[in-house]
Amino acid sequence: MRSVLEAKYINKYFKKPVLFHVLKNIDFKINKGEFTSIMGKSGCGKSTLLYILSTMDTDYEGELYLNNQLITGQDSTYLSYLRNKHIGFVFQFHYLLSEFSVLENVMLPAKKLAEKGHQEIEHDAYEKLKMLNIDHLAKKRASRVSGGEKQRIAIARALINNPSIIMGDEPTGNLDSYNAENVFNIFKQLSDESGLSLLVVTHDEDFAHKTDRIIQMADGEIISNR
Amino acid sequence: MVNWSVILNIAKTHLLTKIKQTATAALGVTFGIGAYITLVCFMTGLNAMLDDLILNQTPHIHIYNEIEPSKNQPITLYDELKTSFNVVHSVKPKLSQKKIHNALPIMDYLNEDNKVKGAIPQIKTQIFYLAGSIELGGNLTGIHVLDEARLFNLKDYIVKGSPKALHNNDNGILIGAGIAKKMSLDIDDSVQISTIKGDVFPLKIVGIYQSGIADIDAIQSFANLKTVQRILGEAENYITDINVKLHDIEQAIPLSKKIEQQFNLTAIDIKTANAQFETGTTIRNLITYAVSITLLIVAGFGIYNILNMLIYEKMNDIAILKATGFSGKDVQLIFMSQAMIIGFVGGVLGLLIGFGLANLIDTIPFETEALPTVETYPVNLNPLFFIIGFSFAMLSTFLAGYLPSRKARKIDPVRIIRGQ
Repeated sequence: MRSVLEAKYINKYFKKPVLFHVLKNIDFKINKGEFTSIMGKSGCGKSTLLYILSTMDTDYEGELYLNNQLITGQDSTYLSYLRNKHIGFVFQFHYLLSEFSVLENVMLPAKKLAEKGHQEIEHDAYEKLKMLNIDHLAKKRASRVSGGEKQRIAIARALINNPSIIMGDEPTGNLDSYNAENVFNIFKQLSDESGLSLLVVTHDEDFAHKTDRIIQMADGEIISNR
Repeated sequence: MVNWSVILNIAKTHLLTKIKQTATAALGVTFGIGAYITLVCFMTGLNAMLDDLILNQTPHIHIYNEIEPSKNQPITLYDELKTSFNVVHSVKPKLSQKKIHNALPIMDYLNEDNKVKGAIPQIKTQIFYLAGSIELGGNLTGIHVLDEARLFNLKDYIVKGSPKALHNNDNGILIGAGIAKKMSLDIDDSVQISTIKGDVFPLKIVGIYQSGIADIDAIQSFANLKTVQRILGEAENYITDINVKLHDIEQAIPLSKKIEQQFNLTAIDIKTANAQFETGTTIRNLITYAVSITLLIVAGFGIYNILNMLIYEKMNDIAILKATGFSGKDVQLIFMSQAMIIGFVGGVLGLLIGFGLANLIDTIPFETEALPTVETYPVNLNPLFFIIGFSFAMLSTFLAGYLPSRKARKIDPVRIIRGQ
């Protein structure tokens, strides 16, 4: 099967306040269409790993491949472009631009990519919102919608450029069980129906057990990968 | 590749949602530029007026016969003593005539030069104004009154009467305002003057002259060239001074040197005669610019502060933008364009306010004895000041925006996202 994301012997050190080996020889692969979760206790380095995989953190040793293309050592502008085009992000906190409307928030990454015209982007954004059943919020200010809705808007934004992979850092961590269930179902649906690859860092065991694959981490190492 | 429409749209939204802060920052620039324009227009207007006060009525080159000791004393003609050290005591000025020899041909020659706007004759002489038994010393200058009015703005300094009236009256006199006041004289009165030789002439006052410089107004009077020649009992070619006005004032120094050599006369150029005016102008300009630049720097710090605060407030936004694919450069451009928009809007408003204030100052009455022709405060609305002011607004906002926006460029999104 074609791999979307591949990490080869990734090591990372925190240099402050004391030298600390956070990630030790992380080596794994995510195939296309896989719904993977990373689990582990707080401080085991799972979020740190996610940010390395997301290309935002470039201070590491080892090699990282996105769609079989080496991206370690690329310049930051190119990495921004890769994030824009190939990686969708969903965070624990909703992280919308609060002064913009919901629709503008969703459209922004596509406008940045500028591969499509304004009309087409707006149409796409409506499609994504409709898919997540929040198209009625489109014209509202992002600061005026509820937490669960915000997270769905963030998912719509992550989807707007039809990325190769969606990454989530505790995407349900800040939601009540109803909304958490809702978000999980959306992810599951995207994975099953659209064949989208997902990589989610989570504490939530129920969430993790429903995914295709769980990577267990402890003290900066992968202890189980099934 | 930079996607300007997206960047400007984000910048615009940031500015509009923080309209109060934006307005404060823009007003800082507005105030700075407005004050600069007002100040510089007013100051240069005053400068020009003060310069005109002297320079307008001053010839660019003044030619006359200087009474001075001969450079070659007899002993220098004696070859035997050439190698020795000679001391000559009690050197006296050389006896020579006051009048310029061949004045009329020299004037014709100068008037044919295309650098010269006009060369006109004057006769300067000392007289006494007689009031009963009192004799007041003074100067009488014989002039071609219409030429003086044309070249040296004499008309501006005639507060009563007109140059034409003097031109038409062979026994007319244009009397200084100071002396007229002292002797309780007014237009159409008659005044008696006496030459140094003691001849007394009655003259009719056809106008009152006020230069704005009290010392001059207390002694100076004008009459027609012919009248003065007659009073002095001299011929028609008796001329003591030639005043030259040039098209380009910069030519004054070379031309005056040439005249000195060619005609063996003394020729003083305006720059040498009035060096202190140029110094005064330079210093006043220096003060104007120092104050204006201080104002603009203060405005610049205002923008710097507000953008810095804005960037702290927008940390989350910056992190999201970076996470969703905006590069550091894009983020920097977003904040730079905010600074430039503030600078542009503030700058344009400042220019308008400066223009308005300068025009307002131009209408404020300013009447003073010393300046008979000035009715309102002088203002110099030079387009160059507006260009400089606008450029400075853009430059200072660029610098004020550059440092904070560079910080925004360097913000590490991971640290912000994980920090929550």
